Amino acid sequence: MKLSINFLKDYVDLDETIDVIKIAEDMTNAGSEYDEAGKLINATGLVIAEVIECKDHPDSDHLHCCKVNTGKEILNIVCGAPNVRKGLKVILALDGAQLPGGVIKRGVIRGEESNGMICSIAELGLESKFLKEEDKAGIHELPQDAPIGEDPIKYMQMDDSVIDFDLTANRGDLLSILGMAYEIGAIYDKKVKDIDLSHKENKEDINDIFKIKVNTDNCSIFLGKKIKNVTIKESPEFIKNRLIASGIRPINNVVDISNYVMLETGQPLHFYDADCLKGCLEVRMAKEGEKLRTLDNIERTLKAEDIVISDGEKAIGLAGVMGGYDTEITDKTKNIIIESAIFDSVKVRRTSNAILRSEASNRFEKGLDPNRTYMAIERSCNLLEKYADAEIVGGLAIYDTTEKEDKVIDITAKNINAILGMEISEKDILDVFRRLGFKSSVKNDIITVSVPRRRIDISIKEDLIEEVGRIYGVNNIKGKLPNILPKMGSYDKVSRQIRNKMIDLGLNETLSYVLVPEADSKMFTKDDYEVVKLLDPLSEDKNTLRHSLSIALYKIYEYNKARNNKDACIYELGKAFQKKGEEYSETQKIAALMSGDYYLGIDKKKVDFYVIKGVAEEILDYLGYNGRYSFIKDKEKMPDQMHPGQSAIISVNNDYVGIIGKIHPEIESEDVYILEIDLDKLLAKKVGKMKYKEISKFPSIKKDLALVVDKKLTAQEISTKIKKYAGSMLDSQEVFDVYTGKGIDEDKKSIAFSLTFAKTDRTLTDEEINEVMEKIIAGVKKDLKAELR
Amino acid sequence: MKEQISKIQKEALENVKNSKDLKELNDIRVKYLGKKGELTLLLRQMGSLSAEERPIMGAAVNTAKQEVEEKIQEKEEALRKLEMEEKLEKEEIDITLPSQKITRGSKHPLNRVIEEVEDLFVSMGYDVVSGPELETDEYCFERLNLPKGHPARDMQDSFYITADYLLRTQTSSVQARTMMANKEKSPIRVIVPGKTFRREDDATHSHQFNQVEGLVVDKNISLADLKGTLEVFMKKMLGQNTELRFRPSYFPFTEPSYEVDVTCFKCGGKGCNLCKQTGWIELLGSGIVHPNVLKMNGYDPEKYSGFAFGVGLDRLAMFKYGITDIRLLYQNDVRFLKQFDRKDEENEIKY
Repeated sequence: MKLSINFLKDYVDLDETIDVIKIAEDMTNAGSEYDEAGKLINATGLVIAEVIECKDHPDSDHLHCCKVNTGKEILNIVCGAPNVRKGLKVILALDGAQLPGGVIKRGVIRGEESNGMICSIAELGLESKFLKEEDKAGIHELPQDAPIGEDPIKYMQMDDSVIDFDLTANRGDLLSILGMAYEIGAIYDKKVKDIDLSHKENKEDINDIFKIKVNTDNCSIFLGKKIKNVTIKESPEFIKNRLIASGIRPINNVVDISNYVMLETGQPLHFYDADCLKGCLEVRMAKEGEKLRTLDNIERTLKAEDIVISDGEKAIGLAGVMGGYDTEITDKTKNIIIESAIFDSVKVRRTSNAILRSEASNRFEKGLDPNRTYMAIERSCNLLEKYADAEIVGGLAIYDTTEKEDKVIDITAKNINAILGMEISEKDILDVFRRLGFKSSVKNDIITVSVPRRRIDISIKEDLIEEVGRIYGVNNIKGKLPNILPKMGSYDKVSRQIRNKMIDLGLNETLSYVLVPEADSKMFTKDDYEVVKLLDPLSEDKNTLRHSLSIALYKIYEYNKARNNKDACIYELGKAFQKKGEEYSETQKIAALMSGDYYLGIDKKKVDFYVIKGVAEEILDYLGYNGRYSFIKDKEKMPDQMHPGQSAIISVNNDYVGIIGKIHPEIESEDVYILEIDLDKLLAKKVGKMKYKEISKFPSIKKDLALVVDKKLTAQEISTKIKKYAGSMLDSQEVFDVYTGKGIDEDKKSIAFSLTFAKTDRTLTDEEINEVMEKIIAGVKKDLKAELR
Repeated sequence: MKEQISKIQKEALENVKNSKDLKELNDIRVKYLGKKGELTLLLRQMGSLSAEERPIMGAAVNTAKQEVEEKIQEKEEALRKLEMEEKLEKEEIDITLPSQKITRGSKHPLNRVIEEVEDLFVSMGYDVVSGPELETDEYCFERLNLPKGHPARDMQDSFYITADYLLRTQTSSVQARTMMANKEKSPIRVIVPGKTFRREDDATHSHQFNQVEGLVVDKNISLADLKGTLEVFMKKMLGQNTELRFRPSYFPFTEPSYEVDVTCFKCGGKGCNLCKQTGWIELLGSGIVHPNVLKMNGYDPEKYSGFAFGVGLDRLAMFKYGITDIRLLYQNDVRFLKQFDRKDEENEIKY
């Protein structure tokens, strides 16, 4: 909402010296923020001058050399405008003048001296939409009686200031000059002046010649007034300038008055050319698919949810949003029907969101005061009589179901102070209500407040508490901490521990977007689910919710790779999303991506499958799943984007919890490894308490076992057998060498285990160990066709 | 024999003096003092001497042995020292060569800030709760006094999945969930840090960002409690000298509602380009829980009151680490991420 200070001053007296910024700041502190505040025309060094001589520039085909009288001196000015001519009164920017486009300096233009610039309106900083055709073409032509030497801004009545407010959605009342006057009046304790509604009416009665019908619940009040014999012409300067200051383009006196009254009262009006109507106006819901040509000459197709105004047959206006093309005010209009009405805010909002947002729809959406619905009609009559020579037809066509009385709310000083945490006296509270223009009375500590309907935002006690806080001010409240029994706070410790562990393992934490392109959304997963898509995405590359975090990490990898950051060891813990049947759900997952060099202790190592497997094992062991997980090659469950020979599913207690492995070389040419675990699923598996395991007092014995086996046999398959045949004496085992090549058959490999034997109650003898070793060797020979190397 | 003793002794001492290393010295020890050493052998020849000569000669040999032994020990010590010096000199390195890094990972700056906020509020007895990011319209809006068609919904352009599901636009959605879940109506003290989403993407807005919501509900909760809590919060995050300014505003789920400005963290309130010369930065939305919200979520507004606040964490993180572009937080450039591997400076506050 752009507030013209000149306009405001019609309704509230402000100190002449008060600065527009100060008003804007004080309004901000009372709850209405502003975006910008300043002069309507931000220019200095301007003077009204007369062109007393105008010759063509000797060295140019379009420039003119003028002599201009400023009242003080005669100046040589070079001017390029086509309309400059002798005898014209102009706006002259003198040497040193500050215009929105820069500072004007004396100079020489193609050999001719120029001591300033003759200005167009655009050069004063007015947006082009406010310019008349003649002003777009050249310099501004002032009337012949313009006084030479005076300030042209003042002369044109454009010495106004404007505050552009960013209003909150509840304060629809501030979308009017009157509302602003009440608000600013409350802040500075000034009374709001009456609006002039006076006018004469003829002896006719509209109800004899015109009918209104309302056939929907979505219109609570509808008023019609007839005006005759208007003269269409240009509006007086003050109306045009105030519209411009408010951001509305002046058109002609009648249309301008409808906008002017809307700005004053907040009530949007619609003026119909009465001669294009058929003696009636009807409010109804549109028929599905019904057509309407709106003011902007666009044919709109309507929905059953749109409210329309009809002439009894067809739709002629989109209620609350925009009028129709066929019944609009034109230069030839003589007679007018004024519509002043209130339409359902939700319906108007829906229609305007779908079709067009307008000054009118913005006001209907936020709610209106029905008292103003009447006031706006009368104010229009007043102005049309004065500025369009109108004859006002008597009577008013009325459909009205609204309540217009003040809203009565009971409250106590105690209520107010309990919520604000202050000690404001009853006297001060009553004073706030008086300043706001609310009547109040007190009986037995209960304050009964009458809130005028213009304050649509106030309906309950708490709203009044806010008003007291707003006007009285809350910045001197002394803060304290809530007086609640102490207790221990809690947070999701496990997530944080997992994240810390990942960091300890050398991975960098990322925070990626939840939204991914649909085309990629099924990557790195073979889960059975439906993707979750946005109805109205911002762009195609962010239209689907991720189901795997790996896709997000892979995008991050690509971003880094493009910047030559090829050593990427990253992880993220976050939500993933899916739809199954009609159910939407989200799952906590953790994913890691590793590529390039991994700094393992003091040596760097090229990341391979075993590095990321190490990360997976570290996390699983840390969480207490040691001995309960395995890595299994499973073609069914492995996503197609994974290298079939270098990837596995992670299984805990024989239940699938995640995937691990290398990205398929068809997708990614670099060696990139990913790991993803469904944390909700994993953490649902209970783990026992951590317990100390007794350290053997007796020495352990190490034995090496090198076997030649089939190349396809996995280390895990072999170690399972070793464990089986070794029995309880085997304390631990690990692979320390894998060899293929010279001395070993092509389809075989050599794999060497280091076995540690121990008992916690005694020292083992060589005989015992040898016996076990023989058992193991015999076992693997039998089961795995293994040979000793 | 006496001559023989002094000859051997002289020779031995000469050899000790000339020995070059410990091995040679040890050979000398063996040669003269060992079991079959020359001086030792002399003692064995004592048998052939007379009873009078024997003690004299014995004493002479022992003295010689002792002298040689002493010299060997002296020499041994000197040689050891020399060898150590040589070894140390040989082992000298250039300590200015680059180190072998033991590299740890790093925590994302936004999560660092979230953890700092969590730790502060947990220490004051708050529970950190989370809620769904894929939220229902009911919890995101309707239960927060924002019925369908409410104009304030324009403040938050949303990503809808269906007419009923959307990506949450605010962590406030968890307010309703927390109140509904608390059947015994024990005092509520929660914060909700998390991801939020709005349908806008430009230089200053990211379609995905992070907020932390705070909610306290009990008997007799007032604006003074809100102010005190936010004072602690902001001083902890931004420093002891941070002041707060409450500006009336409008949020459908609180009444009264306030925007909270904090002393500009760049200039300390003097006025600069960050705060547009005002000395204040708008940082939080807050207010007293609207009675409709209490009612809709199972609380009697005549008995209970509460406060709620919400703050954008992206801006806090950006301020804290001097990050100038919000997009850096979501690009995840590893050169950016790796920088966050240092402990934070803690703001000590008095309150």
